[in-house]
Amino acid sequence: MNTPLLEMRNITKEFPGVKALDNVSFQVAQGEIHCLVGENGAGKSTLMKVLSGVYPHGTYSGDILFGGEVQTFNNISDSEKAGIAIIYQELALVPELTVYENIFIGHEIRNGFMVDWNETIKRATEVLKKVKLDVNPAAKIKDLGVGKQQLVEIAKALSKDVKLLILDEPTAALNEVDSENLLDLLRDLKNHGVTCILISHKLKEVIEIADTITVLRDGKTICTLDARNGQVTEQILVKNMVGREIDNIYPKRERQQAGEVVLEVRDWNAYDPKAGRAILKDVNFNLRKGEIVGFSGLIGSGRTELALSIFGNPDSYHLSGDLFVKGQPRKFSHPRDAIDAGVAYSTEDRKGDGLILIQDVKQNITLANLVEIATRGVVDNNAEVRVANEYKGSLNIKTPSVEQKVSNLSGGNQQKVCLGKWLFVKPDILILDEPTRGIDVGAKYEIYTIMTRLVEQGMSIIMISSELPEILGMSDRVYVVASGKIAGELPVEEATQEKIMHLATN
Amino acid sequence: MSFFNNAKNVLQQNIREYGMYIALFVIMIIFTITTSGTFLSSRNIVNLVNQTGYIAVLAVGMTLVIIIRHIDLSVGFLAGFMGAIAAIALVYWGLPVYAVIPMVLALGAFAGLITAFLVAQMKIPSFVASLAGWLIYRGAILVVTEGTGTIIIPDEAFNAIGNGFIPDIPGLDAFLPGVHKLTLVLGVLAIAALVWGELSNRQKKQSYGFEVLPIDMFIVKLVFMSVLIGAITWVLAGYQGLSWTAVVVLIVTLIYNFVMSQTVLGRHIYAIGGNPDAAELSGINVNRLIYVVFGSMGMLSALSGILFASRLQSATTTAGNLFELDAIAATYVGGVSAAGGVGKVVGSIIGALVMTSLTSGMNLMGIGISYQYMVRGTVLAAAVIFDVTTRNRGK
Ligand SMILES: Nc1ncnc2c1ncn2[C@@H]1O[C@H](COP(=O)(O)OP(=O)(O)OP(=O)(O)O)[C@@H](O)[C@H]1O
Ligand SMILES: [Mg+2]
Repeated sequence: MNTPLLEMRNITKEFPGVKALDNVSFQVAQGEIHCLVGENGAGKSTLMKVLSGVYPHGTYSGDILFGGEVQTFNNISDSEKAGIAIIYQELALVPELTVYENIFIGHEIRNGFMVDWNETIKRATEVLKKVKLDVNPAAKIKDLGVGKQQLVEIAKALSKDVKLLILDEPTAALNEVDSENLLDLLRDLKNHGVTCILISHKLKEVIEIADTITVLRDGKTICTLDARNGQVTEQILVKNMVGREIDNIYPKRERQQAGEVVLEVRDWNAYDPKAGRAILKDVNFNLRKGEIVGFSGLIGSGRTELALSIFGNPDSYHLSGDLFVKGQPRKFSHPRDAIDAGVAYSTEDRKGDGLILIQDVKQNITLANLVEIATRGVVDNNAEVRVANEYKGSLNIKTPSVEQKVSNLSGGNQQKVCLGKWLFVKPDILILDEPTRGIDVGAKYEIYTIMTRLVEQGMSIIMISSELPEILGMSDRVYVVASGKIAGELPVEEATQEKIMHLATN
Repeated sequence: MSFFNNAKNVLQQNIREYGMYIALFVIMIIFTITTSGTFLSSRNIVNLVNQTGYIAVLAVGMTLVIIIRHIDLSVGFLAGFMGAIAAIALVYWGLPVYAVIPMVLALGAFAGLITAFLVAQMKIPSFVASLAGWLIYRGAILVVTEGTGTIIIPDEAFNAIGNGFIPDIPGLDAFLPGVHKLTLVLGVLAIAALVWGELSNRQKKQSYGFEVLPIDMFIVKLVFMSVLIGAITWVLAGYQGLSWTAVVVLIVTLIYNFVMSQTVLGRHIYAIGGNPDAAELSGINVNRLIYVVFGSMGMLSALSGILFASRLQSATTTAGNLFELDAIAATYVGGVSAAGGVGKVVGSIIGALVMTSLTSGMNLMGIGISYQYMVRGTVLAAAVIFDVTTRNRGK
């Protein structure tokens, strides 16, 4: 066997109070697609940050060999020079700039002092062809969907002559079609000699695409599996990731007789003055007590907008139609009104508008309901710690203490903090937008279990999700949303992936 | 050995918080040496405190404004304008002090609400909205002082705010003559409150298993702070005692510090600064708090104007010039983050002290005003560079 393209030896990386990587060794062969899997907080992102120089040489122990040579990267541009490109889950594109400007941002093609725009556009068109993205290079990023933006990111990486491409959960925010496209592209790149490391929690796609799979758990390498022979199954992966077997990820639930209607929306229309277009058209739906209702549909179909328009309309859409909460007609003019009426909404973008990253776990958990732990406007710090510890326990949030900043938590644990925040307002109706995005199987199972417990206690849940298996596994009823309309309603017994996709795309 | 290790660790981990105290300390030592002791004389310290007063109250308000990711450039001339209104009300309208002060404070708050309206409702960037205010209030000062020029304020009660001292406990003249007893008593009470507060806080944290300072470092910190308060008290008591300006600043600081660290309102303000979208979706009415914060800023501008007019015993046509920049500089020196969501009221007060110490020290040394500006600019840049680099290291 010839020397691997990348070899990381005995990498150990510590943060105050956490050993994120404990003597990890990791090898990637030339020309393979190597998947990295593990629970939230296992250390996957940290390992990649060590590799790409985000954590500079000297802040970790161990050696990195790339192309047979020992590397001491001090920052990202060092690793880029060596031919390593990393694409983070949070896309790093400038929304107001065009596709070609974004592709060459930071390494503009010059002609003397000036940027050579003609050459830029020509080269941009070439790399866009390589990633099979059919858009006008002069289109603005903000006008593209997430899937296409992801491809632009890859184009950007390819424009830099990359040897090793690292993707940290690229498909977490993509729907099935876009994910499939992306995977095809990776295969194609592999045939053109690009080596690739892919981090993902979607085990099915991992098994589908990987040549080799490395499993991390608690900062240690558990095993490296050869996935080419088709022997690796999801069960095997899960077992290695979590250390125990989970046979049915969707917990069993006594489906009770559906209760009374707790939320109803009639002839609901919304117009977004900023975008200058109608975003919801004649939406009718209802939610009953003790029910989980799934909202399926493509990204951009208007599910999040629907949730926001109900939840106090923070984006100031022009609304018409009727909203009934527990039988009462309601008009919420601020999220506060909705919360006070017993409605909670947990956003799909936990870092963007869900959490306050610079604050700690306890402050985030109590944020939406500070009055409960305050007397006459003065916060009771003891009560706050007590509450935070309660949710840390019941949601099994992995953190050294509730005084840890949430930016230091792994994705899944951040999601649990969001959930904790909304459970603490003790809502009757909980709207969860992509509740398991970027979350590992173990944590998913925990979140499903919590949801099950909540509906059994009489809460009603709206679950917006782009993952069809999750919609089918958890919902009592499914609404399919397409271009701002309800395209159909299906009881879960009748729903299949095909039927849903059919409704969503027509 | 472990003592020094502890000290090193604690300093490294908290360098941002302690940095400005150390800076203040160093500046004071340098000036004490270069002015052969004059800088630390009772008289100069009292002067320093009174000079800091009108910037300090602005810096307190500005802390909140910057925490919610805004800025208010209008506060300097608003202060000047409010000072002029106060003078006019006292001198020409013949209103009594106790009516003038609340009236001017209310007017200031109202002016702040106008800026807030532009920012919250009209969605104008606060930089622009308050720049407009800067121009308007500057013009307004000129308009109201047009006929008269500088307005001399003869009212003694009013002028005492910027120049007077708190009375002493009556009937104790024989005991410790030449020392201001009430100031001493207050100083001792302050130290007691500090020690008690720190101790109970530490106990609470320990009972939750949170990280606390190692016990030796904790004692060092307590001793250091007690000695500091004690020394200041002693210096002040040896002169004429606590000035009214100092009392005003202390009260403002205590109130704002309490609000920001202990109340729901304060938490909401920090939350908005940390992530306005998340705050809004968590049921916090961001617009309403913009009104609160800018309104409070306007009120504190008026207070600053009162302190300044009272100190000069007059309202001048240039009052308030560059106050806003001094206040903003003070907050940055005091560790408020330009990115929002981070900062403490007490830090800004220390920042204001650093900036006035520089001016005062350089004045005593006879350094020209042109070089003074340059030095202050350099210190501001250094403070922010320090802040940014230590913040990154913490990550
Ligand atoms: N800057 C930091 N400070 C302190 N702890 C950190 C920091 N970054 C990561 N950690 C901790 O290191 C561990 C590994 O985190 P990492 O982000 O690598 O996990 P991950 O495997 O990528 O998880 P996920 O699947 O949720 O993205 C976690 O326990 C996390 O809390
Ligand atoms: Mg990660």
